[in-house]
Amino acid sequence: MKVAILQFPGTNCEYDTQHAFESLGATTEIIWHKSESIPSDTNLLVVAGGFSYGDYLRSGAIAKFSPVMKAVKTYANNGGKVLGICNGFQVLTEAGLLPGALKRNEHLHFLSKHHNLKVINNDNVFLEKLACGDVINVPIAHHDGNYYIDENSLKELYENNQVLLQYCDKDGNISNPNGSVDSIAGVCNKEKNVFGLMPHPERAMELLLGSDDGVKMLQGFLSA
Amino acid sequence: MKAIVNVSLKAGVLDSQGKAVKHALESLHFGSVNDVRVGKQIILQLDGTDAVKAKEDVTQMCEDLIANTVIEDYEIEIVQ
Repeated sequence: MKVAILQFPGTNCEYDTQHAFESLGATTEIIWHKSESIPSDTNLLVVAGGFSYGDYLRSGAIAKFSPVMKAVKTYANNGGKVLGICNGFQVLTEAGLLPGALKRNEHLHFLSKHHNLKVINNDNVFLEKLACGDVINVPIAHHDGNYYIDENSLKELYENNQVLLQYCDKDGNISNPNGSVDSIAGVCNKEKNVFGLMPHPERAMELLLGSDDGVKMLQGFLSA
Repeated sequence: MKAIVNVSLKAGVLDSQGKAVKHALESLHFGSVNDVRVGKQIILQLDGTDAVKAKEDVTQMCEDLIANTVIEDYEIEIVQ
């Protein structure tokens, strides 16, 4: 299992992501954004969190034109698995690989805390080790995590089981920290090979650090 | 020649910053403000003198990069 992790100027979660996947037994490689290709033995490509290009203009807006993104699009369009975490989710929506957009948090605060998430759909490699309705606890750390999608596209997301996770309280009731449409924390594309979420599963890998719920999420990719 | 591009959130997309500015104005007793929308202005200095061509080029720039048309509208003004 080989995980390639993208690194833009301003990315800051690439080493956490590397540590998380290596702790699960994967081999990893960090790919600088100037690279025009990704390793041919890549099983999963992760667009890691951070602040690519300082979030200038819009989060993820400039990263989408980095040289490596052409290869990312080709990889995704050929069915390769892609996971965007936090800023990676923003980059994937900007690049058109995932539907919707991430706006400034509704109350304008940068949020950095653990939050509960409810699993909405698990018929995909990312969440197959969890059950629908499971409540997991994963850190969030973002300023622009307010997911927006128009009403018709939202309907399509539900019809195709593309809504992955919703922010909730410990009992699974909706609890929306950032104003996201329907409290959505993560989505995938229609083909279910491109995934994006604002929370950080790579920071929830051991109980010592508050939660190990990220293990079940990332493990899904390893068994695929 | 220059192009002035105004980017703002689409009507119907909640503008949290606009709302915060409105509240701040209210607390300063500017009671006449009904609504506030916060956008951004991007000013491009352009080579050439063909305004029609410039508008075409800047439209493409807006579609590709300057605006995210999922949530934002843009207006372009070409100034000679």
